[in-house]
Amino acid sequence: MAADGTGPEHLSAPADAPDSPRIGVDEWVASVEGKRERYTGVRGAVLREWDRLPMAVRVLVFALPAALFPLVTTEGNLFRYGLFTLVYALLALGLNIVVGFAGLLDLGYIAFFGCGAYMYAILASPQFGNHWQAEAAIPVVVVFTALVGLLIGLPSRRLFGDYLAIMTLFFGQAFVVFVNNANRISFPFVGHADLTGGSNGIANIDSFNFFGYVFYSTKQQYYFLLVAVALVLILLAFINDSRTGRAWRALREDPLAAEAMSIPVNRLKLLAFVFGAATAGFTGAIYGTIATAALPGDYDVGLLITIYAIMILGGFGSMMGIVVGAVIVSSVPELLRSSVNARPLFYGAILLAILVKLRPWRRLAAELAGLVAFGFALHAIASAAYPRLVDGNAIGSGAFARGLNHWMLIPRDVVKIADVAYIVLVAAIVIYPQLSRLWQAILLPPLLYLVMFVWENLLLVHIGGATRLILLGALLVALMNIRPQGLFGKAYVEIV
Amino acid sequence: MTGDTPLLELRGLDKSFGGLRVIAELDLVVREHEIVSVIGPNGAGKTTLFNLITGLYRPDSGEIRLDGRNLVGLAPHRITDLGVARTFQTLRLFLNMTVKENVMAAQYGQTKVGVLRSMIRTPGARKEEKQIHRLAEEKLSFFGDRLMGYRWDQFAYSLSYANRRRLEIARAMATEPRVLLLDEPAAGMNPRETHEITELIGKLREDGGYTILVIEHDMHVVEGISDRVVALDHGVKIAEGSFDAVATDPRVVEAYLGLRRAETK
Ligand SMILES: Nc1ncnc2c1ncn2[C@@H]1O[C@H](COP(=O)(O)OP(=O)(O)OP(=O)(O)O)[C@@H](O)[C@H]1O
Ligand SMILES: [Mg+2]
Repeated sequence: MAADGTGPEHLSAPADAPDSPRIGVDEWVASVEGKRERYTGVRGAVLREWDRLPMAVRVLVFALPAALFPLVTTEGNLFRYGLFTLVYALLALGLNIVVGFAGLLDLGYIAFFGCGAYMYAILASPQFGNHWQAEAAIPVVVVFTALVGLLIGLPSRRLFGDYLAIMTLFFGQAFVVFVNNANRISFPFVGHADLTGGSNGIANIDSFNFFGYVFYSTKQQYYFLLVAVALVLILLAFINDSRTGRAWRALREDPLAAEAMSIPVNRLKLLAFVFGAATAGFTGAIYGTIATAALPGDYDVGLLITIYAIMILGGFGSMMGIVVGAVIVSSVPELLRSSVNARPLFYGAILLAILVKLRPWRRLAAELAGLVAFGFALHAIASAAYPRLVDGNAIGSGAFARGLNHWMLIPRDVVKIADVAYIVLVAAIVIYPQLSRLWQAILLPPLLYLVMFVWENLLLVHIGGATRLILLGALLVALMNIRPQGLFGKAYVEIV
Repeated sequence: MTGDTPLLELRGLDKSFGGLRVIAELDLVVREHEIVSVIGPNGAGKTTLFNLITGLYRPDSGEIRLDGRNLVGLAPHRITDLGVARTFQTLRLFLNMTVKENVMAAQYGQTKVGVLRSMIRTPGARKEEKQIHRLAEEKLSFFGDRLMGYRWDQFAYSLSYANRRRLEIARAMATEPRVLLLDEPAAGMNPRETHEITELIGKLREDGGYTILVIEHDMHVVEGISDRVVALDHGVKIAEGSFDAVATDPRVVEAYLGLRRAETK
């Protein structure tokens, strides 16, 4: 610890304004800090106003458009976008208690989600002939998953960081193995019992039935989920603002100091773990009734990664950010399923990047003109010398696709060129940043052309499959570069 | 003004790390409302003594009693609940929490409302929350206007070094301790701030009613505040008594000089 109070770099920048007080007095630090807050532009202003709004208003800002969504969309879209976004949001909110608030790395989280779904399936499906009312089944599911959380947490609660991560990862994997095989456990007295349906899972799960009112249609389920998300948001915001929430944040900051300041660190970690598990279990019950089945494949590492991506994207500890993150992560891959949506998104992103990076505008215009000219020239040469390079048609039917046919090389048989184009593109992207500025300026149009070539001929063809996931990954990487703390997260400051 | 009842009592305390004996056969009694300073060269074992009292380390042998109650083996947060709070020499604030939140967080052990009640904001929970706010403001007001007003909502990382030291003390006060352990409260402060801290420690006893055990290198501060001074060297108590007696004790002089001699070599 430096004894002269040297803060992080941005705090020790020289105070230039005449209104800043003497150096070395703490008012100075405060004024620099104040400036930092002031200078974050439009987004900073919006965020500050946002923070001032009462909780209820903030929830409404999200809930209102979400409440209107079913009125403007089809049943299928409501299922695909609406239900999944809300399920993801609920899951991420629960994970946020464990990771964002308390700072524990929980890699077994999805197993609690699965526990909830299976438990509800056992209570309300033909599997055992149980058909419990939801008002009884949901509390039982929540308490059950909380107890499982307690059981997993008890032995691992003293473990920190890596150890906890391994322990929970093991639990997550063990859960999948268990539900895959729990159809032939033999119990004493009872004999063989099919607990989970094995790899076939449990089918025909009941819809929620609250005191005789059945949530059957997608729309009903959507509104149920929406209310659940709003409720969980409010409850968690209240916890966050209570002694428990402060204790969680304190132990995330510095467990040793927290312990010395009368905070029972182990107990609070366990509490966070159990709360996360209960939220996941609750979500699992809802997911079970939406999907009408509990399948072992639904609770694997892929979903865990998705939920972590939502939380990282939204910003650790920021609940609003998580809701926004859930919307992005669940809707972008769906939007990218068809080339009609994917193309504008792709070119929009590239255009945005160029607009932001290329200054002044004269250079921007020159590069774009260069790109257009390069394309026409290449197309002209190719159609004269190698007609096979241009004998295909661009995907789609609009004016843009028709235009592309006169500008972009679109061979009918791409297979031979595919590997070469990929390798050249990767090499170009690696080499490009190493070049001098002059060569960068000269080679930008060909590079962009190459990117578009690979996009139009290779990526867009497989847009329904791997491409959209690659694009989502690229989007997340780019966002993390621009804003490492997540969209709504607060930059985490350490003093060295 | 200092009572005769021993509030904090250490008997035959021993602690070794590997082969290194850091605290050896230490006896120490701190009476109610007393201010006792611990001095000694670097590495004498002063911070280790605090770590033992607060339960961060467990002594190899010996007793630590607060008001007659044995503290050895209790979890640190339990010891804090019983009335021993400390500051850290290296400053361990909750940096990404606001000034006020730092102080509020430390009231955890003093408050009761469970998570289920605060989740639905019962009237009781709201009442307690108000008290937490009030108490935090009260503790922060102890430092004049240094940590008041707009500072409440600033993040702890944005505070100056001196203010971070003050916030450490405020946070320790929020646990409502009977004994305050201050680890080099004046380290890194300029002369004016050092003077202020000297006065503050006096005020902590007069107005706050705390019993204070303080580690300090600055001899002006030690002279200004101490009822009694204890000198440690290699974990052994080499002198104890009034400031004048300890400061002129040949063994203390030797400990400090010996170190200096070794350093100049
Ligand atoms: N956890 C530990 N493991 C091993 N050795 C330790 C540990 N903690 C302290 N020590 C050693 O114990 C000795 C005493 O350390 P301590 O921090 O108590 O000294 P101090 O009197 O507070 O010194 P300073 O004035 O520099 O703060 C040092 O030699 C230190 O290296
Ligand atoms: Mg020390």
